[in-house]
Amino acid sequence: MTLLDIKNLNLSMRSFEGETQILHGIDLKVERGEIWGMVGETGSGKSLTGLSVSRLIPPATGRYLAGSIEFEGRDVLKAGEKEMRALRGRKIGMIFQDPTTNLNPVFRIGTQLVDVALHAGHADPTVLGLEPGASSRDLKKAAKRVAVEMLDKVGIPKAAERIHDYPHQFSGGMRQRVLIAMAMIGKPDLLIADEPTTALDVSVQAQILKLIHDLVAERNIGVLMITHNLGVVAQICSHVAVMYRGRILERGLVTDVLKKPSHVYTQALLNSIPTAHTKRGELRGLGGVMPEVQ
Amino acid sequence: MILYTLRRLILLIPMLIGLTMIVFAIARLLPGDPVALAAGPNATPDVIESVRQEFGLDKSLPQQYWAYVTGLVQGDWGVSIFTRRPVFEDIMTFLPATLELVAAAMLIAIVLGIPLGLAAAVYRNGVVDYLTRTVALGGIAMPRFFLGLLLQLMFVSWLDILPLSGRFPLIEIPPEGPTGIYTIDSIVAGDWYSLTIALQHLALPAFAMSLSPLATIMRMMRASTIEVLQQDFVMTERALGISNTKILFKYVLKNAMTSTLTVIGLYVSWLLGGTVLVETVFDWPGLGLYATQAILSQDFMPVIGVTLVIAMIYLVTMLIVDLLYGVFNPRVRYT
Repeated sequence: MTLLDIKNLNLSMRSFEGETQILHGIDLKVERGEIWGMVGETGSGKSLTGLSVSRLIPPATGRYLAGSIEFEGRDVLKAGEKEMRALRGRKIGMIFQDPTTNLNPVFRIGTQLVDVALHAGHADPTVLGLEPGASSRDLKKAAKRVAVEMLDKVGIPKAAERIHDYPHQFSGGMRQRVLIAMAMIGKPDLLIADEPTTALDVSVQAQILKLIHDLVAERNIGVLMITHNLGVVAQICSHVAVMYRGRILERGLVTDVLKKPSHVYTQALLNSIPTAHTKRGELRGLGGVMPEVQ
Repeated sequence: MILYTLRRLILLIPMLIGLTMIVFAIARLLPGDPVALAAGPNATPDVIESVRQEFGLDKSLPQQYWAYVTGLVQGDWGVSIFTRRPVFEDIMTFLPATLELVAAAMLIAIVLGIPLGLAAAVYRNGVVDYLTRTVALGGIAMPRFFLGLLLQLMFVSWLDILPLSGRFPLIEIPPEGPTGIYTIDSIVAGDWYSLTIALQHLALPAFAMSLSPLATIMRMMRASTIEVLQQDFVMTERALGISNTKILFKYVLKNAMTSTLTVIGLYVSWLLGGTVLVETVFDWPGLGLYATQAILSQDFMPVIGVTLVIAMIYLVTMLIVDLLYGVFNPRVRYT
């Protein structure tokens, strides 16, 4: 069964000025073991596609005009809120852009990890290594143990001690590791990473990408990696989809698309990356504007 | 944390010394001669002079101050010219009444304000939001004494379910206890009859006083909750399946409490200093009434004593608020 199958997704967003259609017929299939990179400019609809999979766009602002998002064969757009909550954190993990703002500053990271682990454990005790129908006391104990294990796995030294620390006691890269631990603690089948390395400096970027890559390879899960950085795509993605103004213009294996881009936009996007040979003042931007939603 | 608390407690001492100096200076600089007032209009210069000596007002200002401060430490806060009783005893009689009133008002404001503010933020532009907005507007705009009069009109004149004024009926014996706060004393003694009476008398003045802090706490809580709800970490928590209830009451509440805490601390002291109007309307025998009487009869010692007590409570409240910051926000934890 296909892990994630987005068919003809059309989304419009409401605001004071009226409704604007943002996504125009997105089609995308993600299988286990595939790392899909979604690239495009700011405002092209990459993030909203990612949020739609977990159905995190509030119904008051977003309206799905047509299409379906099938996760393991079930349409999440038709699922109830309770059903969605059972998927979030358990079947679908998410990582967001800025590690400094995505951890709650006034709670110990252990508390935050354990709460996600507990939630996943309630949905499926085997995630925490327990038999189905385990007591809530066992769940709590197991959640704490798994939280330390997970923190250790993402490369936080002295995990058993650091679990009692607050987010401000960690560096940016370490915080992103904590967030990855939170996203992966429920042993999800799909990971949605929304620009997970954008806020980090280059040396840390590579470490974080390698960590995500290793975890994905070990657990054989599908990944939707949203980024505007083609370097990231080239480093860890197996497939890539290029988005522009709410449409996917080109898709395929990374090696094909990046080497022989067939769409003009992809070619322009690739050309806009400055290289060591770019002359001073010769930076190439992209023409056109994104549709406005405010 | 313990070290920080100790340091803050030691810092209280110079603050208190400075405070006594300022208060003492202001009281002595006031125009008018309290001695002449106390001795009466027909007193001869000799009598006035002997009264002046009796109160120690013939000495130089530094001498008077020194005598005052050494006395303070020993519990001798001077004698009120008006009541002819030691000020310390007077304050100990009136303080519990005021503390009871302020505590009850703050309790109402906090217990109602925080959940209502949360609800108004979550159901923005819903019924609760509009309702609390209206109450807040009224609560801030309406003077407390006027609200007190309205409450008396409604609950006493029309509905006739609560007593008009006073703290305890004269024909009843108030509960005896260590605190002097009737509600607490009667609970300690298990005297439910007295507790009912005390609460009946407390209800209107406490409510009249609570409306303004309630309004501010509600609005503050609403504003900070809305701000916190838009933070990135709320999205992460939602994306990882944490329930909305848990997000709101655990993760958002603690974040939103910090700014509300400041308001609560400020209001405690503001209410303490501003009890006089409500105490007058409800004939509540507290520090406010005592201080007003003392000011009107140019009675130095009680004025200084009351100011000192209110300032001390203010300092302690602010210390508690500062320490609570650390509990709610680990980033300001002190070493």
